Amino acid sequence: MASLIELANPTRFMHLSSRLLPWLVGAAALLLAVGLYLAFFVAPADYQQGETIRIMFVHVPAAWLALMFYSMMAISALGTLVWRHPLADVAQKAAAPIGACFALVCLITGALWGKPMWGTYWVWDARLTSVLVLFLIYLGIMALWRTLDDPSRAGRAVAILTLVGFVNVPIIKFSVDWWNTLHQPASVFRAGGPTIHPAMLWPLLILAVGFTLLALALHLVAMRAEIMRRRVRTLTIFEAERLDRLTAEAAI
Amino acid sequence: MSALGPHAGYILAAYASVVMILGGLILMIWRDHRAQRQALDALEQRGAGRRSGKALS
Repeated sequence: MASLIELANPTRFMHLSSRLLPWLVGAAALLLAVGLYLAFFVAPADYQQGETIRIMFVHVPAAWLALMFYSMMAISALGTLVWRHPLADVAQKAAAPIGACFALVCLITGALWGKPMWGTYWVWDARLTSVLVLFLIYLGIMALWRTLDDPSRAGRAVAILTLVGFVNVPIIKFSVDWWNTLHQPASVFRAGGPTIHPAMLWPLLILAVGFTLLALALHLVAMRAEIMRRRVRTLTIFEAERLDRLTAEAAI
Repeated sequence: MSALGPHAGYILAAYASVVMILGGLILMIWRDHRAQRQALDALEQRGAGRRSGKALS
């Protein structure tokens, strides 16, 4: 908690993030390269799904990250509404497009995996529909940010919407257990351990960590851009007020 | 293509969508960061709102 309070200073955050970013990007690039090599040249084809199992290596990390970024946004929403942390709504705003992109990747790769395995790109079942709802919530949050000029007012409105939308996260997670669905149940994070063979599990986990580091690096860059945008906004207002004063003084 | 079996088109399309979506996201965030940096540098060079003299790194 103490380190979170230290990071509340945007100047300190900018300094720390600029030092952290090269390491994050380097580690992400290395893990993604190793993971993709293992996924295509070492992992065997599945005995039932054949080569289409290779879609899993991007589909599953995308699904995890879409949920992880929404959970991060919900925590940031609490930071905005409860603790009034100055960077909470910055973090929340920067996370929305990243989470939306991973939700979209999850939907598209899932459809491309579903067609050869299920015979259809899409069914309106609980898992697929709840992920589509997650994507739409992301779009709604991004739209709401654009409707209000004042970042602090927009931040509070978005925080409420984010917390309301969080009800969808456990629905997505448990939809395969609660309802009949074409989608397979959890096979990695489940009681009793993973059901995937290690030859497929390791590339999946390495790619998941690689995509996570990439997403976190993008989040840091997007947060830095948002901090600078707010600084530009403030300075522009100051400058406009100064010019107004000068004009008024010249007119006297 | 043949090494990926009869469903190679679906597999390649899935990976192509990842490259396009994440590539677009990376480009969008990088361009936004660069634009904000340039706007902030321009304002600070004009001395707008300078109080402490500290610039964002």
